[in-house]
Amino acid sequence: MRVAVQSQPFDVGAEVSGFTAKVRGAGAVVSFTGLVRDEGGNLSGMEIEHYPGMTEKAIRGIVEEAVSRWSLVDALVIHRHGKLAPGEAIMMVATAAPHRADAFAAAEFLMDYLKSRAPFWKKELGVGGEAWVAAKDADEDALKRW
Amino acid sequence: MGVFFEVAAFLAGRQVIDVLYFAWVRERIGLPRERIETSATTVAELVAELRAREERYEAAFADLSSLRVALDQELSSFDAPLAGVREIAFFPPMTGG
Repeated sequence: MRVAVQSQPFDVGAEVSGFTAKVRGAGAVVSFTGLVRDEGGNLSGMEIEHYPGMTEKAIRGIVEEAVSRWSLVDALVIHRHGKLAPGEAIMMVATAAPHRADAFAAAEFLMDYLKSRAPFWKKELGVGGEAWVAAKDADEDALKRW
Repeated sequence: MGVFFEVAAFLAGRQVIDVLYFAWVRERIGLPRERIETSATTVAELVAELRAREERYEAAFADLSSLRVALDQELSSFDAPLAGVREIAFFPPMTGG
């Protein structure tokens, strides 16, 4: 189970290939990549702040919870911080399981929890200025299904 | 500062805590972290102490429903006790993913 919190960009294809090559006994690999939107050309980028130390701990806790709920062979979480341009990958998760149902469910669980339980804060850098992204009630509600 | 500062604070019934601020909380207060000596026994008491300090703290802590708190890097609540806590962080609801 690898967790990486980094400012450097990552190669989604290489990460998924590397992850897939190392899993043993898995029949399914699911991956999700989150990108910076450009909001119709209104966004020039995004700045992501985090809480060094707590971030890694919180993500590890979320991954451990996923492992305890589903039959996972492996999981990977990469999340960036710092300044990102539209189109750049912000984060990715990958899960490997004997069957796809567990891989899909665990990936969705990881995403829902990373959104509102990992200490990251996004600031949108726009043409007209900058603004912190407000958390959505829907993101909090998404946790209730688990 | 250092050990003497902490021992003196302990003897006076006070504790020394690193207080961290993130996102707009950090911007409103104007600094990312500070070391505070306090006799507050709960998070809420510490918040009341900070709010009474200066306008910028009052501005940051005006609406607690829009704030989250972590004690020693674990999410916690405003009524949690501060005994033994080394690090406290205040921040808005998280927006990762």
